[in-house]
Amino acid sequence: MAFSVRRSPGLRTGLLLLPPMLWLGVAYLLALGALFVTSLWSQNDFTGAIERIWTLDNYRQIWEIPVYRTIAVRTIALAALVTVVDALVAFPIALYMAKFASPRGRRLLVIAVLMPLWASYLVKAYAWRGIFADGGLIDWLGKPFGIHSPGYGLLATGVTLAYLWLPYMVLPVFAGLERVPDSLVEASGDLGAGALTTLRRVVLPMAFPALVAGSIFTFSLSLGDYIAVTIVGGPTQLLGNVIYENVGAANNLPFAAALSTIPVVVMFLYLAAARRTGALDNL
Amino acid sequence: MIASRGLRTVLRVTTAIVLVVVYTPLAMVVINSFNVDRTFSWPPSGFTLHWWKLAAQSHGARHALLVSIEVALLATAIALVLGTLAGMGLRRTRFFGRHTISLLIILPIALPGIVTGIALNNAFRTMLGLDLGFFTVVVAHATFCIVTVFNNVQARLQRLGPSLEQASADLGAGPFRTFVQITFPMMRSALLAGALLAFGLSFDEIVVTTFTAGPQVQTLPLWIFQNLFRPNQAPIVNVVAAVLVLVSAVPIYLAQRLSGDTVSSASATP
Repeated sequence: MAFSVRRSPGLRTGLLLLPPMLWLGVAYLLALGALFVTSLWSQNDFTGAIERIWTLDNYRQIWEIPVYRTIAVRTIALAALVTVVDALVAFPIALYMAKFASPRGRRLLVIAVLMPLWASYLVKAYAWRGIFADGGLIDWLGKPFGIHSPGYGLLATGVTLAYLWLPYMVLPVFAGLERVPDSLVEASGDLGAGALTTLRRVVLPMAFPALVAGSIFTFSLSLGDYIAVTIVGGPTQLLGNVIYENVGAANNLPFAAALSTIPVVVMFLYLAAARRTGALDNL
Repeated sequence: MIASRGLRTVLRVTTAIVLVVVYTPLAMVVINSFNVDRTFSWPPSGFTLHWWKLAAQSHGARHALLVSIEVALLATAIALVLGTLAGMGLRRTRFFGRHTISLLIILPIALPGIVTGIALNNAFRTMLGLDLGFFTVVVAHATFCIVTVFNNVQARLQRLGPSLEQASADLGAGPFRTFVQITFPMMRSALLAGALLAFGLSFDEIVVTTFTAGPQVQTLPLWIFQNLFRPNQAPIVNVVAAVLVLVSAVPIYLAQRLSGDTVSSASATP
């Protein structure tokens, strides 16, 4: 046995990969497939039982009832906005960490960025509930300027999501910028480019795959979130909490399954696009 | 560019401002746990240790903490085995489908948690006819934890190259002896880093957990979420939240003591 395994790298690879692929294939891919199949079934309105009758009704409803289209567009737009905000905030920090800070400062900054990642997700969302609360931190800080907290809603949800996912953007962008050789940056300067030109024409294109890699997380995590919107969203409806309500309160799994194909399809398109930039190697 | 004073100052100020914004909510959580008031009003009108005493006696919180630790330990153990196998299986060989396999490993965390959650919920209940419980949470957590171990193992193996193992084989050691005496010791710190990330990921997870935990299983995040909107429990939730913020320094400390790998590989996990 040992002999044949040593002689045959193909067999060895196969044996090594078998358990994880079985696990992921059975526990995950089949589950995803079954979810899709369920979305093609219907539900008995009276008993609430799932009936195995093939139908496209769930998808037709999502398409024809305007509120679902609005919610889908709102969710995707919010996820995109959160991603853009995170990219804009993360890039300067990552650039400072990678190209300006001393080695010691860089180490400390990496820790400073990583640490909030380990603090509970729920606790961070909860903290923002306190900040946006009536009489909370925003009201207190804004008082001298006559600024009021916007209260719980779409804005609070966006801010909270951008806050929650910021480290997922900073870290890959930092790693990407660290890989940009200093010599290239210097060469650009020697050729007469100013700092901003170098940034735009040398550093940014090289760091782009890393930005895309970070955006996969910020985008995907925002797309499916229903906890933050429950905590700070007030009455805001996003795909996440609509799916959640259809599994829980409404107990309509086929419809929830149909709704959840929206983020899956969007994510697959996003991953396919990201793959073209080489971002998946940056994960 | 390095010489640009103006850019340097702008970046330094931006970094400082963002760090202040990042740490303000965390500091508020800690301060709020001493707040006399039950509400979020800022600034606090007075400070007390009363809530900390109450929280220390909270049966629900303590039980939920234990459940979370058990789930995270089991999920991490499974992820360690499967992630190591996948990492070793995928190295060197450049066969067809290699990218598909790494995509499959990333997928459970790349897809929104709610999708993973209801897919597993549907699979456990409808397909397999299982009752949701402790076991189903562990399976679900292990599924999305594999990627952290896999990433660390793969990065380490890629950096080390095959020469030491080839030398071991040349000296007559079989594959299993080579693994025990050469490969495993070389991977140890990467495995620890991966395990640490897997543990943290599982410990903090709430979305997939909501859909895969039975009614009698309550992890710490589920407990917090359930008590978040109960005015009576809010001060105790504040204390638990403060403890979690303070405890988050521990894995960072551990990770720093491990290896340089940790920092870069941490970027690949939510």
